[in-house]
Amino acid sequence: MANLNDHMGRPIVAVTGIGVVTSLGVGKSDNWAALTSGKSGIHPITRFPIDQLNTRISGMVDFLPSSSKGASPLTYELAELAGLEAVTEAGLNSSDFGGPLFLASPPVELDWAERFSLYNSDKDKDDTAAERLLRVARSLKELDIFETTQFGSIADRLADRLGTRGLPITLSTACASGATAIQLGVEAIRRGECDRALSIGADGSATAEALIRFSLLSALSTHNDIPEKASKPFSRDRDGFVLAEGSGALVLESLEAALARGATILGVLGGCGEKADDFHRTRSKPDASPAIAAVRAALADAGLSEDEIDYVNAHGTSTPENDKMEHLALSTVFGERIGSMPVSSNKSMIGHTLSAAGAVEAAFSLMTMRESVIPPTINYDNPDPAIALDVVPNKKRDAQVRTVLSNSFGFGGQNTCLVMAREPV
Amino acid sequence: MSSPHDVVITGIGIVSSLGEGPDAHWQKLAQPGLQPVLEAARFAPYTVHPLPEIDWNLQIAKRGDQRQMETWQRLGTYAAGLALDDAGIKGNDELCTTMDMVVAAGGGERDEAVDAAILAASESRNDRDVLLNEKLTTELRPTLFLAQLSNLLAGNISIVHKVTGSSRTFMGEEGAGVAAVETAAARIRSGQSTHILVGGAFQTEHSDMLLGYELAGYLHRGPWKPVWQRQGAEGGGIVTGSGGAFLVLEQREHAVSRGRKIYAELGPVVSGRARRSRGELGAEIAALLSQAALPDGKLLALSGASGAHAATTAEKTALDANPAIATRGFSTLTGHMKEAQFPFAVALAALAVDRKAAYPVFDATAEKPFEGVPATVLATAIGYHQFEGMALVNAA
Repeated sequence: MANLNDHMGRPIVAVTGIGVVTSLGVGKSDNWAALTSGKSGIHPITRFPIDQLNTRISGMVDFLPSSSKGASPLTYELAELAGLEAVTEAGLNSSDFGGPLFLASPPVELDWAERFSLYNSDKDKDDTAAERLLRVARSLKELDIFETTQFGSIADRLADRLGTRGLPITLSTACASGATAIQLGVEAIRRGECDRALSIGADGSATAEALIRFSLLSALSTHNDIPEKASKPFSRDRDGFVLAEGSGALVLESLEAALARGATILGVLGGCGEKADDFHRTRSKPDASPAIAAVRAALADAGLSEDEIDYVNAHGTSTPENDKMEHLALSTVFGERIGSMPVSSNKSMIGHTLSAAGAVEAAFSLMTMRESVIPPTINYDNPDPAIALDVVPNKKRDAQVRTVLSNSFGFGGQNTCLVMAREPV
Repeated sequence: MSSPHDVVITGIGIVSSLGEGPDAHWQKLAQPGLQPVLEAARFAPYTVHPLPEIDWNLQIAKRGDQRQMETWQRLGTYAAGLALDDAGIKGNDELCTTMDMVVAAGGGERDEAVDAAILAASESRNDRDVLLNEKLTTELRPTLFLAQLSNLLAGNISIVHKVTGSSRTFMGEEGAGVAAVETAAARIRSGQSTHILVGGAFQTEHSDMLLGYELAGYLHRGPWKPVWQRQGAEGGGIVTGSGGAFLVLEQREHAVSRGRKIYAELGPVVSGRARRSRGELGAEIAALLSQAALPDGKLLALSGASGAHAATTAEKTALDANPAIATRGFSTLTGHMKEAQFPFAVALAALAVDRKAAYPVFDATAEKPFEGVPATVLATAIGYHQFEGMALVNAA
């Protein structure tokens, strides 16, 4: 009889279903094959013209029916695909999931395509742009455009589609959102509010305006010439992240409930830690103390010591600042051991999937343990001498991995870390 | 019966067209026949309840911080500061660095001038995507992005007030406010948190914030009317208001041990998602009322009803079905504050419990008097479009 409670007497939270979509493809099997062969999903932007843009590459998901339909429809489709894959793998009814939904998704806005079409549908009146949009808006007969502007609508549609229970929570903690969605699910199960929860991170918001906004903050790589080489976490010549899209979904379940229904246990969500940073809107505290606190909080929550982490799935964005700060945080927590611990960044291949990243990378972390293969950090040709890490350079590595730390750090001082394990301890 | 893990309210930070802070709101709202503060010209044909005059310096000391935000984030950061002050937490490093935070947020303000210039140019160009790149790369202020990001209200609260335990932002109109309060309370009850800052803000005085309702025709047009009397009038029934509401929720034991004044105890918080297209809203509201386990006897209800025709009718019908309930639709006096609506409802409920008096009717034709001391008050937020929630607030 397995132990069903953790070191703090809380229900152990198992993962029984995993779903993922990235620029590398739909589903775990295509993604894992590409990821472990070191293939990059970064490619030239074709969704919109690249005139005037300093960055002309991305990891957009361009192969779905909604890929050209705007941020809200694409984010929905990404979330639905990952959610369905996870729920189906868990062996649960994909239209009657029966637990709460936690959705990490990007903030929504009226797309420019809609703005243009509303504005130009009524050119005669002598009024301001704002007045005209409002006047045209109130005569609309359909709710389609309206729903793309409601922050709760994607989750509402998902709740209908997947039969989740109760008021779905849509959240944003910037680039840590996907990890926060998982954390909320874990906490709901531990509090005994439910036996299972569905946590999804999805982001289909790589519009021209989004790209320009990040570009204006100098956050993006401008290595346009060889797109698949642009994302180079921990390299000396890294120059920013690559904007990307994707989704990840986990079915979380109390170990007791999962075992009782004979589900396959894909891994365990052992600990979650977070710590907010009050230093700056986009930059981390120079001493990395909030990231350090988040890692330590996750370890403590999981009841594991530093020595018990086998592998780090890094946030590893490929921005000069993040990778430096993350190295400082990891070397502070893990001490000398960090030089011999594998630490790799999935973002070297899929770019930064923003609101989805924490969930996508949790999915890959769980697969790393199950498959006993660590995906590489590709494009590691020019190591940054100030960052002495074993980044699993350029080629996958076979390794027994029992535990993973997955980091997510975001604008607004968001730091969330997850600790996962292969087996219930 | 109180227990050490009860959730109590020890700080209230509210801002609306009526003023700022719990005392100012109580003084105004306790006046029978109070007239709303209205701005009918600036966004005609829409009326809004505008922000009062605010001296941002009082809660956001650094000009540099103020410049990094637009009004929505300033408003939320300001209201959060009021709540922290009220709870005696502001400036206390130990309490701030261990304080959790759940913010209910929409998005921040776009640059209307840039948008208008792009739209104007689009009338004579067919290569609109190229036009977008041209204008956005040259005219957008780089830091405006940060003023628009939903989670940067929380980010600014961390920076300005040093609240750094944890930081989570929920999105999704009124439902985000409901889920924020519900999750915060659950964290305290389970022992995960001892003190949490929870709330939101809404800045309606921007055309995009009105557009977010009007794309479905939700806004009331023409002469202003109280929230219960907009059925059949021109438009969709909602009159919006700028405002913010933050609460400090605290484990009772924690509040008592540091000798803080307790406004009220936060009882059950319940939420739901009716499939409204299938006509489930009425039954869902009734089910939530039943889950909330209303006490026997007469009950004061602070309703966050928006005025949206279908949702407001359903809520009014459900509340009126119980003759013990005396409802106060505060949107009559503040307007609808979207993500902040539910925290605001809870704040007003806590205030009535604390002052041991009910609010007079906000609308004499649709609301009935409440005599006596309200030991328990119901707070509701039935979303104008989706999601529902309510909470019971009890005497401390």
